[in-house]
Amino acid sequence: MTKDECKQVVLDIIADIAPDEDLSNVKPDVRLRDQLQLDSMDFLDIVMELRKRHGIEVPEADYQQLASLDSCAEYLTPKFVALGK
Amino acid sequence: MSLSTARIVITGVGLTAPNGDSLPEFRRHLLAGVGGVSRTEVHYMGEQLAGVCRYDALKWQKKKEVRVGTRAGSISIYCAREALADSGVVWDTVAKDRVGIYIGITEHGNVETENEIYNISKFNYDTKFWSHYHNPRTVANNPAGEASLNLGVTGPAYTIGAACAAGNMGLIHAAQMLRLGEVDFALCGGVSESIHTFGIFAGFKSQNALATHPDPLKASRPFDLARNGIVISEGGCLYALERLEDAQRRGAKIYAEIAGWHVNSDASDYVLPNPTRQAECVRAALARARLAPRDIHIVNTHATATPLGDIQECEAIRAVFGEGCPDTSINNTKSFIGHCMGAAGALELAGNLPSFDDLTVHPTINVDNLDPQCALPGLVLNQPRQVAKADTILNNSFGMLGINSTLIVRRFVA
Repeated sequence: MTKDECKQVVLDIIADIAPDEDLSNVKPDVRLRDQLQLDSMDFLDIVMELRKRHGIEVPEADYQQLASLDSCAEYLTPKFVALGK
Repeated sequence: MSLSTARIVITGVGLTAPNGDSLPEFRRHLLAGVGGVSRTEVHYMGEQLAGVCRYDALKWQKKKEVRVGTRAGSISIYCAREALADSGVVWDTVAKDRVGIYIGITEHGNVETENEIYNISKFNYDTKFWSHYHNPRTVANNPAGEASLNLGVTGPAYTIGAACAAGNMGLIHAAQMLRLGEVDFALCGGVSESIHTFGIFAGFKSQNALATHPDPLKASRPFDLARNGIVISEGGCLYALERLEDAQRRGAKIYAEIAGWHVNSDASDYVLPNPTRQAECVRAALARARLAPRDIHIVNTHATATPLGDIQECEAIRAVFGEGCPDTSINNTKSFIGHCMGAAGALELAGNLPSFDDLTVHPTINVDNLDPQCALPGLVLNQPRQVAKADTILNNSFGMLGINSTLIVRRFVA
C-alpha cells in the first residue's frame, strides 16, 4: 500500500463517520480537527474502523499520529505493509 | 391563579406513526380506515409484522446525528421539532432553561445492546469491537437527552419508564411540572423504537401474544373474535404543553385542556392486567376532572388485541361507563397502527384530538366478528361515527407490572 492509498483509506472511513462533511478539499498537512467537524468520539470511530475493516490496532499512546492525513499515512502505511497489504 | 391550580393546555402536536408523520395525515388515515402495519426484517427471526415509521429523519437532524444517535432519539427529535413548529412559539425568544422535555418510554437500550452483540458476533465476540457509543446510546434518558442536544434545551430533559402506560405519563408528568413551576414550557409524550429489538418480538412470541395474519393490515384487531395478539410498532408523539396564561399571552392555538389524570398500580401480576385497578384508575381520573362517566364523549381504549387483555379492559370500562352513558363513544387506535409501546398513549390521544373540531369519532377497524365479551355500548366499529357532542376524551394506557394511566382532556373553553 502506498501513502496515497493509505490516505484514501482514512478518507473513506471519515466519509462514513462524518457524512455531512465535504471531503473534496481536505489538506493533508493540516490537522483534521482544524478543518472538519470531528470530536474525540469520532477519532475513536477512526480507530475502531481501522480495527474492524483492516485489522490494524492503534494504541492510545499513538492517537496523536492520526492528527492529519499526512501523519496518518506516515504512521499507518508501515502497518498495512506489515500485514501484507 | 396559583400555579398549583393553573390550567394546562396543549398548544402543539408533533408525531410520527406507522400511517402518518403529522397530525393531519394521521387523522385523515384514521378516518379513511388506512392502517400502517407492514413487514420488517428482525434479527434472528426473519420477517415479522410491525408498524414501521417513515418520517424524514434528515428534516431536523444532520446525517451524523442520525448515525451517532438512536432511533428513539431520532424519533424524539422529529416529534419535538414538529410540535414546536406546530405550536407557533418563537423559539429564539424562549428561555431554554425553562423548557422541560419529558418522554415516556416502555424500554430503552435493548436495541443498542442487541445491535452491539450482533456486531461483535461477527468478530468472535471480542469485546474490543464493542462501540464506544454504547453507553450514551443506552442510558435511560437517551431519547430526551438527544432532543435536548438538538434543540439546545438546558432545562430538565429525561424519560419516564412506565411500560406501555408511558405515553400518557409523559403528558401527566409535564402537567405536574408546569403546575409546580419547574418549567414554563414542556415537550412531552412518548416514543418507541421497539421494532428494532428482536427481544421484544421473541418475548411476545414466547408469551403467545404476537399477532399473526396473512394480511399485515388486518393483523391488529382488538375486540375481534379472532384476535391473536399484539403487532409491535415504533412511533412517537410529543406535545407542546403550557400554562393557559402563557399560551393566551402569545395568542397560541389551543388544541385541548388537560382536565384530569390518574396513575395507579395493580400490584397483582407481572403481565396480566387487573380490571379492578383499571376501573379505579379511570374513576380517579374522572374525579380529578370533576366529571361523571356520562360526561365523557370519547373513550380511547388501550386494548392491544390479546385474547384476555381486551376482555379485561372491557370489563373495567363496563364497570365505569355501564349503560348510562348514551353520549360516550369508544374506540381503539391500535387497530390501525399496532402497539406503539411507549408512544401508544400519546399517539392515540393525538388521533382523537381533531374530534373536537370535526365531531367525528374514528373507528376501531378490523372487527369482522365482534367478541361478545368486548361488545361495549358505544363501540365505534369499522366506520367513523358523527356525534352531536365531542367535548371530552378519556385516554387509557396500561402497562406490564401493572401500571395504569388515564388521561382526560377537554375542549378548551376560555
